[in-house]
Amino acid sequence: MISERPLRIAIVGSGPAGMYAAGHLLEGPGGTFINGGLNQIVRRPVEVDVLERLPTPWGLIRSGVAPDHPDKKRMAAIYDSIARRQGFRFIGNVQVGRDVSPADLSQWYDGVIYAVGADDERRLGITGEDLRGSDSARAFVSWYNGHPDFSDLQFDLRCERAVLVGNGNVAMDVARILFSPISALHNTDIASHALDALGKSQLKEIVILGRRGPEHAAFNYPELMELGELADTAISVEGADLSLTPENADYETQLKVAALAKLCKEKSQGSRRIVFRFNAAPTAIVGGGQVAQINVVDRRDQSEQVLNAGLVLAAIGYRGLAIDGLPFDDVRGVIPSCDSRIVDNGIAIAGAYVTGWIKRGPKGIIGSNKKCARDAVTAVMVDVDSNLLPMEGTLSAAQVLEAINARVSVTLGFSGWQKIDRQEQSDGRAQGRPRLKMTATGAMLGLVTAG
Amino acid sequence: MSYVITAPCVADYSCVEVCPVDCISPMPDDSGFDAATQLYINPVLCVDCDACREACPVNAIFAEDQLPEKWLDYIGINAAHFQSHTQTVAEVRHDK
Repeated sequence: MISERPLRIAIVGSGPAGMYAAGHLLEGPGGTFINGGLNQIVRRPVEVDVLERLPTPWGLIRSGVAPDHPDKKRMAAIYDSIARRQGFRFIGNVQVGRDVSPADLSQWYDGVIYAVGADDERRLGITGEDLRGSDSARAFVSWYNGHPDFSDLQFDLRCERAVLVGNGNVAMDVARILFSPISALHNTDIASHALDALGKSQLKEIVILGRRGPEHAAFNYPELMELGELADTAISVEGADLSLTPENADYETQLKVAALAKLCKEKSQGSRRIVFRFNAAPTAIVGGGQVAQINVVDRRDQSEQVLNAGLVLAAIGYRGLAIDGLPFDDVRGVIPSCDSRIVDNGIAIAGAYVTGWIKRGPKGIIGSNKKCARDAVTAVMVDVDSNLLPMEGTLSAAQVLEAINARVSVTLGFSGWQKIDRQEQSDGRAQGRPRLKMTATGAMLGLVTAG
Repeated sequence: MSYVITAPCVADYSCVEVCPVDCISPMPDDSGFDAATQLYINPVLCVDCDACREACPVNAIFAEDQLPEKWLDYIGINAAHFQSHTQTVAEVRHDK
C-alpha cells in the first residue's frame, strides 16, 4: 500500500549531483532513463528539501565552471526548472556538520542524500607550498568565480611567470583565464575583483607541469584546443618528444597528442607563451615570504632546474572533506558507500545515501552525476519498498524549517535566491555584463532579508 | 548527413533519452559512461530527426551542415568513436 503522506528526503548540497538527485526524486512525466529506456522509478509523492551551505545554489556550475564557458553554465536552467517542480524546497545558508548534524537530519527526514562534492584539494607536499603566491588552482578558480569563501584572497599577477602544477582541465581553465583578453572576460560573469587583478597582470609565460609524458596528459581535447584560440600566445612543449606517442595509445590520447603537436607548430610565435612541460615534478617552492621560484626535477634523468615564478598553483585534484557525524575514507577522500548507501565499517546506515564527487571521488563531468544521482535515488526507492527507511517520528516540512531556523539566524528559500539572481543580473546590465556576482554572504543575506 | 556533438557536451544524456534509434553513445549504463569526456552520435545510424539538438541543455549538438567552423573536427571525432580510429587521428595530425 502507498502511504498517504509524502516521502520526505533531504539532499545536502545543491550542485549538479544534488540537483540531479532532486530531479530524479521529483520525477518528470517522461520518467527516468534506466535499463535502456525511460521508466518510472518513483511511484509515490515525494517532498525534497535541498540544504545548501551558501545562499546561492548550483555548486560548481556557479563556482567551478569557467566564466567563459556560458554553454556549460546553461545547466543552471535545468536545475532551475527542477527547483520549480511541486515538492521542491531550497533551504540556503545551512551547513550540515556545523549548524545541523547528520543525526538531526536522520531524525527529521525519512532519508538523506549527501551530495556535498569535494570541498578540499590534494596538496603537493613540498616545502614552500604555503608561501604567499602559492595556492591551489581550486582556490584560484573559486576566487575568479566569486565564491564567498575565496573572495577575500589576493592574487598578485604582476609577475612574469606562473607555474601550474598538474595538466588537467582545471589547469587548462586557469591558463586560459590568465591569458584571456580583459575585454573578453568583461562579457562573462567573472568576479569583479578577479577582473581587476587580471587587468594588472604582467604575466608573459605560463608553465604547465605534468609528472608523466604527453600520453598521460590529463587535459581533454576541447580544453586544449581553446588554448589554441588565445591571440598572440605561443604554445610549446618541453620534456617530451610528441612524435614518440605510442601507436597503441587509445584514440582520445592520440587525438590530444596530435592536437598538441599541431598547436606547437601553428602557434610558435607570440608575445606570451604557454609551455607544457612533461616528465617534470616540483621539488620545492622557494622565496622569502613570497614565491620567487619553483624547483623542478626532470623525471627522466633526475636533472634539476630552477624556474623563476611569482605564482604557483597546484591543480592536482580536488578531494572530499569529512563531515562531522558521518564516516569518511581518508585515503580516497570520500564518504564510504555501497550502491550509494553510506556504510560505516561495512554496515549500511539506514536512510543515508551519497552521490556525486563525495561518493565517487572527483571524477567525471557534470552529466556523470546524473546517472550517479539516479542510482542513489533508485537505492532510496528500493529501501522504501523494503521498509528499510526509518520513517517513524520524522518531521513535516513546516516542523523541519522551524527546527532549522532555531539553529540558524538567517536561512533563505528559493525566492531568496531568485532575489539575489535578479539583483546580480540587473547590476550586470548596468555595466554591460551578463551578471555581476555578489561575493559576500553577508551582503546576499542582507538583500534577502531587506523588505 | 548526421548530427554532431561538440565541445560543450557535459554528458547530461538528455539526447540519449529522446533518440529514437539509440545512436548516441556511451549510454548511461555502458561501461564507458563514467569516464566519458563527451557523448557521440553514430553518423551511420543517425536519422536526422533533430530531437537530440532540441533536448541538449548546453547547445552542444548541431546538424552537420550547421556546425560552427571551429568545431568541424567533431564530425571526425564523433565518427571515430564508432570505427577504427587511425584515419581520423591522421587527419588531425596532417590535414586540418
